[in-house]
Amino acid sequence: MLVPLAAVVARSTDGGPGAFWSVVSSRPAVAALELTLGASLLVAAVNAVAGTLIAWVLVRDRFPGKAAINALIDLPFALPTIVAGITLLALYGPRSPLGINVVATRAAVVLALAFVTLPFVVRSVQPVLLELDREMEEAAVSLGASPWTTFRRIVLPNLAPAILSGTALAFARAVGEFGSVVLISGNIPFHTQVASVFIFSHIESDDVSGAAAVSVVLLVLSLLVLVGIRGLGRFGARHAD
Amino acid sequence: MITVQGVTKRYGAFRALDDVSLTIPDGSLTALLGPSGSGKSTLLRTIAGLEAPDAGTVTIAGADATRLPPQERGIGFVFQHYAAFKHMSVRDNVAFGLSIRHRPKAEIRERVGELLRVVGLDGYQDRYPGQLSGGQRQRMALARALAVEPTVLLLDEPFGALDAKVRAELRAWLRRLHDEVHVTTVLVTHDQEEAMDVADRIAVLNGGRVEQDGRPRELYEDPASEFVMGFLGPVTRLGGRLVRPHDVALSGAPVDGAAETMVTRVVHLGFEVRAELVGRDGEPLEVQLTRSEADELELARGDIVWARWAPGGVSRAAALEAA
Repeated sequence: MLVPLAAVVARSTDGGPGAFWSVVSSRPAVAALELTLGASLLVAAVNAVAGTLIAWVLVRDRFPGKAAINALIDLPFALPTIVAGITLLALYGPRSPLGINVVATRAAVVLALAFVTLPFVVRSVQPVLLELDREMEEAAVSLGASPWTTFRRIVLPNLAPAILSGTALAFARAVGEFGSVVLISGNIPFHTQVASVFIFSHIESDDVSGAAAVSVVLLVLSLLVLVGIRGLGRFGARHAD
Repeated sequence: MITVQGVTKRYGAFRALDDVSLTIPDGSLTALLGPSGSGKSTLLRTIAGLEAPDAGTVTIAGADATRLPPQERGIGFVFQHYAAFKHMSVRDNVAFGLSIRHRPKAEIRERVGELLRVVGLDGYQDRYPGQLSGGQRQRMALARALAVEPTVLLLDEPFGALDAKVRAELRAWLRRLHDEVHVTTVLVTHDQEEAMDVADRIAVLNGGRVEQDGRPRELYEDPASEFVMGFLGPVTRLGGRLVRPHDVALSGAPVDGAAETMVTRVVHLGFEVRAELVGRDGEPLEVQLTRSEADELELARGDIVWARWAPGGVSRAAALEAA
């Protein structure tokens, strides 16, 4: 684990801290990192809401085809991301059967990231929701709580650690996503080029230490998110049974 | 007063409640007693509004509550597994019903403090349910239910998850609490001893129907069916009739109307002696005697004794005298 990470950090500072900073603060690099961060945050937020909602429907509602839909949720995990990219291109590209063409727009980046990160929140919330003591909700209702109050004061606080850790994982995944984005985003610098594609293009043009420098920024971001998840996990465990 | 009229509840083909009618008087502590699957919990949950009946009506304090959501029924509900709000402190658990009604903070603080004193959890305000024992959690749940001043308190096997010692303590405590607070209380239990001990009225349920309801002693002494008789205490068969083991008199010599039996086992349980016998027709019989009665008969395995039905302690003494 640590050896390849150390190698990346070492390579990134090949030209000294000055060279590292000049790559990281260069306008294309900053634009790529900003886009990556912005799109990932947006996707993480969408996931937090939509993922919780999907988990809720899958656990609490009964409808025909539920098992099939439940199985489909994992598809973005199972699919090679480049295949996901081709699928998205076919569906939302120039020859879209839906008449929606988002190629080379920022919407495409968000769409691709949302597709590949969908399962994280769903799969982290689902087991917690299944295990959630239904009698807690009945107790709240018997004490006079409306369905919304019951959700807000009883259900949500118990789901929060799972929602947050799923969201953080989705964010971390979105930050580093390459395969699904590379085809549909168009990779236009300053507009739709995400950090991972930026790194790839720098390696292709033999600027390995430049690529490594941006990689280190992504690495630090992921690390911060991981530390954050652990902190939240500990917060959640404090009140657990 | 709670009136349940003709309530039926089906789960698929299974009738959990089959045309149940029951009246629960104001201020009473009524036990719904029955084996598992008898419908007692379903009946309680129907009164609470947590289940909707397929037919029939539920009236609480004179108002038709059949279509009312649980929030508007003025109930307090206590669950077997406590249903504690795990993410809230003891204080916030008890305060929940008041805080969602936006009562003034000072009033909530005062009421919560008072209730925690009543249930003996003073000083536990800042603990979380995970840091409490089962008995403490259930007392917290009771305080939480009482906080909203319910017109009826509904308890679903409230002591079922606790060990025997804590169960007995909480039972006595609930009895005292009910004597003080006088809120109409309905308790679901499968334990006849618990029902006899704590309730002033018992409704015995079986197969989704009320077999009998009344005062505990009435039910014990004048059961409406063999099921009620068997459920409320030990029974044995003597000459084809179901009797209580302590209502059988034994004598060393033949008496009129007595059946000849042979002793197969004698168990000494301190004051009480339990004798197992077998009749000529091979039918087993169980008899409870006092130690002095057993000593007098010098009851031992292999003895031949004559058994007859002699309900009540006095008539049994008379029967012994006659022998």
